[in-house]
Amino acid sequence: MSNIYLAIVLCPLIAALIAGLCGRLIGRAGGHTVTILAVGASFAMSLLVLRDTLATGTVFNEPVYTWLVTDGVRMEVGFLVDRLTALMMVVVTFVSLMVHVYTIGYMHEDPGYQRFFSYISLFTFAMLMLVMSNNFMQLFFGWEAVGLVSYLLIGFWYTRPTAIFANLKAFLVNRIGDFGFLLGIATVLAYTGSLDFATVFGRAPELGAQTIEVFAGSPWSVATVACLLLFVGAMGKSAQMPLHVWLPDSMEGPTPISALIHAATMVTAGVFMVARMSPLFEQSEVALTTVMVIGATTALFTGFMGVVVNDIKRVVAYSTLSQLGYMTTALGASAYAAGIFHLMTHAFFKALLFLAAGSVIVALHHEQDIRRMGGLRRYLPVTYWTSLVGSLALIGFPGFAGFFSKDALIEAVEAATIPGSGYAAGCLLIGVFVTALYSFRMFFLVFHGNERMDEHTRQHAHESPWVITVPLILLAIPSFAIGWFTLGPVVFGDYFGPAIAVAPPHDVLAQLGREFHGPGGFLLHGMLSLPVALSLAGVAVAWFAYLYRPGLPERIRRVLDLPYRILVNKYYFDDFNEKVLARGARGIGRVLWKGGDVAVIDGAFVNGSARLVGWCSGVMRQLQTGYLYHYAFAMVVGLSVLLAWVLSRG
Amino acid sequence: MISLTHYLSLSAVLFGISVAGIFINRKNVILLLMCVELLLLAVNFNFIALSRFMGDTTGQVFVFFVLTVAAAESAIGLAILVVLFRTRRSINVQELDVLRG
Amino acid sequence: MITMIIFGFLATVLVGAGIGVITARNPVYSAIFLVLAFVTSAVLWLLLEAEFLAIVLVLVYVGAVMVLFLFVVMMLDVNIAAAREGFTRYAPIGAIVAGIVVFELLAVIWAKQSGLPVTAPLVTNPAGHSNTREIGLALYGDYVFEFELAAFILLLAIVVAIMLTLRSRPGLRTQDVAAQVKVRREDRVRLVKVPAETEP
Repeated sequence: MSNIYLAIVLCPLIAALIAGLCGRLIGRAGGHTVTILAVGASFAMSLLVLRDTLATGTVFNEPVYTWLVTDGVRMEVGFLVDRLTALMMVVVTFVSLMVHVYTIGYMHEDPGYQRFFSYISLFTFAMLMLVMSNNFMQLFFGWEAVGLVSYLLIGFWYTRPTAIFANLKAFLVNRIGDFGFLLGIATVLAYTGSLDFATVFGRAPELGAQTIEVFAGSPWSVATVACLLLFVGAMGKSAQMPLHVWLPDSMEGPTPISALIHAATMVTAGVFMVARMSPLFEQSEVALTTVMVIGATTALFTGFMGVVVNDIKRVVAYSTLSQLGYMTTALGASAYAAGIFHLMTHAFFKALLFLAAGSVIVALHHEQDIRRMGGLRRYLPVTYWTSLVGSLALIGFPGFAGFFSKDALIEAVEAATIPGSGYAAGCLLIGVFVTALYSFRMFFLVFHGNERMDEHTRQHAHESPWVITVPLILLAIPSFAIGWFTLGPVVFGDYFGPAIAVAPPHDVLAQLGREFHGPGGFLLHGMLSLPVALSLAGVAVAWFAYLYRPGLPERIRRVLDLPYRILVNKYYFDDFNEKVLARGARGIGRVLWKGGDVAVIDGAFVNGSARLVGWCSGVMRQLQTGYLYHYAFAMVVGLSVLLAWVLSRG
Repeated sequence: MISLTHYLSLSAVLFGISVAGIFINRKNVILLLMCVELLLLAVNFNFIALSRFMGDTTGQVFVFFVLTVAAAESAIGLAILVVLFRTRRSINVQELDVLRG
Repeated sequence: MITMIIFGFLATVLVGAGIGVITARNPVYSAIFLVLAFVTSAVLWLLLEAEFLAIVLVLVYVGAVMVLFLFVVMMLDVNIAAAREGFTRYAPIGAIVAGIVVFELLAVIWAKQSGLPVTAPLVTNPAGHSNTREIGLALYGDYVFEFELAAFILLLAIVVAIMLTLRSRPGLRTQDVAAQVKVRREDRVRLVKVPAETEP
């Protein structure tokens, strides 16, 4: 069985290397064939693994390769394959396969065709290494690798200055998160002496009991410190506030990667990591509260920003930010299963929404402003219906996958009792309304209403080729259906088993599970609940404001000008980062350069020592007069001094 | 009685004279070489006086060799001097400062 | 007693000759004073009963080396007037330093006698004792290797002196014997058959 795991991980890697290094040999067709075959094989094998873990429930936890052993700490490459891993593997490989096929159509005329395929296969490898890892080091390797590939892909069109700005921003913000993550890993290593998950989780209660003095005189539980630091990493990778600033800018990359990386897989790595670390997080209520509050804040406030943007991809980006906030809130409420369940459904419908946006962009010849779209229902039927499915799933329309995951999540947060849960529940509920508002604002402006695009574009608007539409359809199916079948076992059942540990006092899902009577009952119960009402209200408001009375938003904007401006300027986070942090860092750099490097090191030490030597030799040089009698004189003087010394010694 | 000290003192004085000659002289390279000969003479004096007073012939044998080497050295020195004169047309020590730093 | 007077006289002459070497205006005078110094030394060595070396001194040093010196002095056209200036400027400091050296040497000799029989008179050799023989035995007996080396050094001096100063004058026609020997008959002689001319 271990060979299958290795094969799952290595197939995309080898395909990435072949497509990347031998691109000229195998040509464009060869590039996409090799990578699609590899990812397809990984997907098929992941399904096998899923079936295996569902059937037998065995957990595979073996090291594959020992890199080094130092002072008792083992750094290895190993696989931990349980049901959580299997679920993630299937999601990752499926979405990756859809994106690979989609890219054939989307990047058809791009000169960097093979490079793109190589990168997305490489990404698949890195993400699989991340989810399948059984120790912190490999997790960190996967973490960094996905960050790297994200950097490469955001800046794929590297001649565009905005793209380069965006990829550097993404990398730097992620670095801040990674710094916290490393500190967290170091804390865990220091207090448990091991990087292996099984060992660490076994000793989790000890971590809960010990304390560190972070500031003198205030002891903090080790588990709290470690979990908070690990969560900083998750904040960077999963774009929680305030480290969310990179995700909207990451839309500079091509749409396929927005779908793959910044919707379905990489950004969910943080959520996955917190769920995997559930034994640790359960030891610290402070950490859980922090996670929940930050997640809820992100969910609501990034949703607000989605209402005012006009770039079709950015609307979906803010939607992603908001939904990541939802998942994080669920994790904070100890409803890990619900969070992962929402991760899974979100992967499907968010990837679908991104790919549909890409289909619209391609059809309109790379037009991305929704103010210049409209009435595309007639021209892009497949895209229209799949977008509708995706949007309904996103807002939690009853019956769709998103409904099951979102409602379970919201109910779990409402049932939680740890500090901050009331605030979190409130944020999530308001967020439901906002989600419906912005997603259907986009939907109506793009597919309904007057046609605002120019004549030339309208004549060329036609449905995209099958390589683009088939993935849309294939993603729409789980967006609609998967919730019904998997809600029971995954969220309220024992699907995850020992992979996720929940302390009994926090176990809201068990509480809810007692009242769970199957998906049908859940559906009926949900249709009468507040979230569904809020989402339908949101759709109604969107219809009213953008279709019925199109002048209304403009009038509202003039009245609420200040809030509008705050939202458009993204709460001034970007301005703060650029003006204070970035400029400050550059200023410090300049001071250290001019003052430290140039003046002290170059001037005083390097040049100064050379000048000193030069000055000394300039003085010493005076002794070399070239006159023989001076030399003889010096010799004789030396002789007389020597003689005097001998004489004085007696 | 003429004792060893007299001879040694004499050779010391001769040594001092030649040393003074070397660095007082700034005008003539030949004078330099002559002072070197005086120097060697003083040393030879020392050797012979000590050899005779201590009864060891080795000192006189050594004088023999010193004489040989002094002769060889003065020959070569003068040859160099001649070549120097040919190229520079001057034997003024003050003008020989090409090797200055 | 007599020895003391002779020694004192000779010592005075020697020191005077030394001073004369360094203070003479004319380099030829310096060379002559140096000859005087050598001869006086030879006589002093005779006093010390080192007669072989005294004669060798005269023969080698005065006869060969000083002659060489005089040759060179007279060969080089020295500007005498320019050769004298600057002497008085540096004489005091030079004299002082030399004086210090001499003083220290004397202090060593007089103050630190360290077991040498310094005040004892000279043990004169018995009649018939040959200093030459004595030196010969030591030279060819114990120090033969150094003797050969000394010969080698002299050879070296000859070669170097010639090599440094030899120059070929341009335009001089000399015989190149090697080239003469290398000549072949074909280069010099050519037999041509000329038909005999008869009277018409």
